[in-house]
Amino acid sequence: MQFRISKRGDIPRKQEILIRVIAICLSIIFAGIILLAFGLNPINIFGTIIKGSVGSEIRIRQTAMRCIPLLITSLGIIVAFKMKFWNIGAEGQITMGAFGATWVALNLSDSLPMPVMIILMMIAATICGGIWAFIPAIFKAKMGTNETIFTLMMNYIAIKFVTYLQYGPWMDPTQGGFPKIAKFPANAVLPSVLGVNIGWIFAIIFVVLVYLFMNHTKKGYEIAVVGESVETARYAGMNISRIIIVSTIISGGLCGIAGMIQASAIEKTLIAGIAGGYGFTAIIPAWLSRLNAITCFFVCVAFAMLIQGGTYLQVSLGISSAVASVVQGLILFFVLGSEFFLQYKISFGQAKKEVA
Amino acid sequence: MADMTKLAIEMRHISKVFGEVVANDDVNLQVFPGEVHALLGENGAGKTTLMNMLSGIYTPDAGEILINGEKVTFHSPSDSIRLGIGMIHQHFKLVDVMTAKDNIVIGQKTSFFTKGKELSRKVRELSDRYGLDIDPDKKVYEMSVGEKQTLEIIKVLYRGANILILDEPTAVLTPQEIKKLFKVIRNMKEQGCAIVIITHKLNEVMEISDRVTVLRKGKSINTVVTKDVNIPKLIEMMVGQKVELSIEKKKYEDKRPILTVDGLTVKNDEGKDMLSDVSFTLNTHEILGVAGVVHSGQKELCESIAGLVKADKGRIFFEDENIVGKTPRDIIKLGIRMGFIPEDRLGMGLVAGMDIVHNMILKDYQNQPGIVLHRGPCTEQAQKIVDALDIMTPSIYTPVKKLSGGNIQKVLLGREIDSAPKVLITAYAVRGLDIGASYKIYDLLNEQKAKGVGVLFVGEDLDVLMELCDRIVVLCHGEVIGVVNPDEVTKEDIGLLMTGQKLEGNKTEEEGGEADAV
Repeated sequence: MQFRISKRGDIPRKQEILIRVIAICLSIIFAGIILLAFGLNPINIFGTIIKGSVGSEIRIRQTAMRCIPLLITSLGIIVAFKMKFWNIGAEGQITMGAFGATWVALNLSDSLPMPVMIILMMIAATICGGIWAFIPAIFKAKMGTNETIFTLMMNYIAIKFVTYLQYGPWMDPTQGGFPKIAKFPANAVLPSVLGVNIGWIFAIIFVVLVYLFMNHTKKGYEIAVVGESVETARYAGMNISRIIIVSTIISGGLCGIAGMIQASAIEKTLIAGIAGGYGFTAIIPAWLSRLNAITCFFVCVAFAMLIQGGTYLQVSLGISSAVASVVQGLILFFVLGSEFFLQYKISFGQAKKEVA
Repeated sequence: MADMTKLAIEMRHISKVFGEVVANDDVNLQVFPGEVHALLGENGAGKTTLMNMLSGIYTPDAGEILINGEKVTFHSPSDSIRLGIGMIHQHFKLVDVMTAKDNIVIGQKTSFFTKGKELSRKVRELSDRYGLDIDPDKKVYEMSVGEKQTLEIIKVLYRGANILILDEPTAVLTPQEIKKLFKVIRNMKEQGCAIVIITHKLNEVMEISDRVTVLRKGKSINTVVTKDVNIPKLIEMMVGQKVELSIEKKKYEDKRPILTVDGLTVKNDEGKDMLSDVSFTLNTHEILGVAGVVHSGQKELCESIAGLVKADKGRIFFEDENIVGKTPRDIIKLGIRMGFIPEDRLGMGLVAGMDIVHNMILKDYQNQPGIVLHRGPCTEQAQKIVDALDIMTPSIYTPVKKLSGGNIQKVLLGREIDSAPKVLITAYAVRGLDIGASYKIYDLLNEQKAKGVGVLFVGEDLDVLMELCDRIVVLCHGEVIGVVNPDEVTKEDIGLLMTGQKLEGNKTEEEGGEADAV
C-alpha cells in the first residue's frame, strides 16, 4: 500500500485537543500492554500509582514535596526556552543555588530570626543559580557560543564542585570521617505549612509571577520577540545581549531557589546529588505545557504523582519504581509523537482528485 | 513550431495541495519542441510548483505528465534529468570555490578521473552552438550573476537537456545581461529545444515567448499565442479583472534636505568594503530610488542609516544632527523608520508568530512608562491600520505568518507609516506582491511623499524605479556610481551604471548637484 505524508493546514482547537487526549489514552493503553507482557495487572498497577500519590493525606504531602522543585525548575526553564535559549543546565543551577543557600546558612549567626535567614538564603541562591546561567549566556551574547553544550557542561562542574566541598573544605569534622557537610541550624530550615514545607506557597506565587512576567510585562514581550526573531528584535532597537542576560539570570535564579528549597527543607544540608535529576526532568513539563506557566503547574502535578506513585509501587507491591518511569516515558513519547499528527496528515492509497 | 504532432511536454490535470493551500488545481500545459513558452502568473499562482513537478522535485497529487508523448512518473530529479529536462532555479545551485568545469561535472556519473581535455572540448562545443560565453577555468566566486546563470545553463545542456525550464531568469540581471540571455534562448529554440520561462514581467513575455500560459490562483486560465495579445489583456488574465495601473509622480517645490549621507563606508566582518564613500542627499517631498545589482550594498546602506550596523567612516546627517553612532532606539525616536523586506519577508520587522496587535506594540512599547505592557492603544492602532489599508485578516489577533504576503507587507508598512515618520526607508517593499497590492504600496509611498516625508526606496524593478522615483542613486559594488533623474535617462543607461560603467555626457548629477543647494 502506498502512503503519502503531507502538511496539514490549521486544525480546529477541538480536534487538536482530541488528538492530544487520544495520545495520552494510547500511552496508557500501551503501557498496560507492556505491563501485561511482564505478567503484571495493569489496572492494579495504575490504581496503585494513583492511590500511592493521592490516596492519603501523607501521600498527598509527599507528592506535593516532589512537585515543588519540579515546578519551580520548570518555570525557570520556561523563561529561557521562550527566548529559544536552550538551558539544559538547570541541574547545575539547582546545585549552585543550594550551594549559595548553604553558605549563608552555615556562615551567618544561628541567632538570626528565621524569616531574615530564609530571605538571605533565597537571595544567595538566586544569585548563585543566576551566575551559573549567566556564564553561558554572556558567552552566547558576546561570542555566539552554543548554549546547549555549555549549560550541560556547567552541570558537571557544579556537581563536582559540591563533591569537592563535601570531601574537602566543608567536610563536617563531627561526622566521624564521613564526607558530609554540616546540618543547617534550625533557623535555616524552611517551616511547614499544612504539613508541607513552605516551598509550595513559593511555587504557587512563582507560577503567577512567571505567568504575569511572560505575558504582561515589557521584558516578557522582549524575550518572546528575541525568541521568535533576533533580526526583528535588533531592528526594533532592543538590546539583545541585555535581554539574553536578564532572562537567563531569571531562569537560573528560579532554578537556584529550587535548589535552596531542596537543601533547606529536604536534605537540611548540601549534598552533591541535591538536584536529583529534577533539572532534567523539569524540561519535560516545561515543554509539554508549551511554555505556559499555568499549564505547567498542572503538568508538574501529574508528573509528581507519577514519581510519587512509582515510589509507592516499590514499597507496597515490591515492583520496581522503574514501572512508573516506563509510563512517564510512554506519555512523553506519545504526546510528542502527536505533534507530528498535528502538523502532518497521512493519506493512504493512490491519490484522488480532491474537491477543494 | 517544428513538429506539431509530438509535444515535448504535456501536463494534464495536474493538482498539488500543501496543507490547505491548493498550489495547483487541474492545471494543463502543452509545450512544443522549438517553442519558447512563458508561464505567467502572479506570485503564488503556482508557477514554480508546477515546474518543480516537471523537474521531479515534487510529485503531483493528481494528473499525469507526458514527455515527448510518453507518460512518465518521476521519483526524483534524476529521473527528469535522464529524460532531458533541465531546470535553472532562481537561486543558483553552484559550488562557489570550484571552477566552471568542476561545477559542470559534479554529480555526474563519470569515470574516476575526469578527462579534462575532453570536457573542455565539450563545453566549448556547447558554448559555440548556443552562443554561450564562459571561461571553463574561472572560479564561481569570481563570476558575475550573469556568468553564473550562463554556467547553470551550460550545466543542464551538458547533461543533455533539450527541455529547459528557467525560473524567473531575469530577476537578477541587468538589462544588458537580459539581452544576452534572450539571444541564448533564441539560439536554443532554433536548435529545437523546448523552453519554459517562468516570469511575471510582461514586457519580457511579449519579447521572448511564442505562446503564454497564464496561471491564476493555481488554475491554468488560458494558453494564448503571444503575438495575438497585448499587455493589458495579459494583466487581465493574470489578475482576473481589468486593472488601471499608473503611478503618479508629483513634483513639489518646497523641498529641503532632510537626510544627508556623507562619505559613508561600511566594512563587513572580513574587512571588505560593503559601502565605500557613499554620499547623497534625501529631500523632503521626495522619493529617492536606490538601484543596483543584488548585494551592491543596499542592505548595508539601509541598516547603517537605521543604526543597525556600524559605519566605519563617514557621517549621516538627519536634519542637522550626525546620527552615526546613535543606537537604533534613538534613531527611531528621531523619526527615521525603516521597512526592510528581506527575501523571506518575515525576517526583519515583524514577529511571525505574533498577532497584528503584538506586532504594533513592537515599535511603541519602549515609550510606555513602567514595566507593564499596555496593549490597549495598540489594539486600536491595529484595527485602524487593518481598516485603512484593507488588510485581509480573520481578526487582529491572527498571527501575521498566516496572512498572505501582500497583507504582511501592509501590516509592516502600515505600522511604520502610522508613526508619522520624517524619513521612511523601504527596501524591496513590493517583493512578492501581486500587481494590485504593489500599486497600493506605491500609492501609500506617494501619500507619504505628499506629507513631506523623505522616502528612500530600494527597488529591484527598474521600470518601477523610473516611474516612481524623483531621483535614483545607482550603487555598484558599494559605491555610488551615479545619481540620475529618471526623466532624462533610459533604462539601459541605468543598467550600464549598475554594472559600473559611467555614462558619457552629464546625465548624472555631479556630486549630488541640485540636492545640495543648501
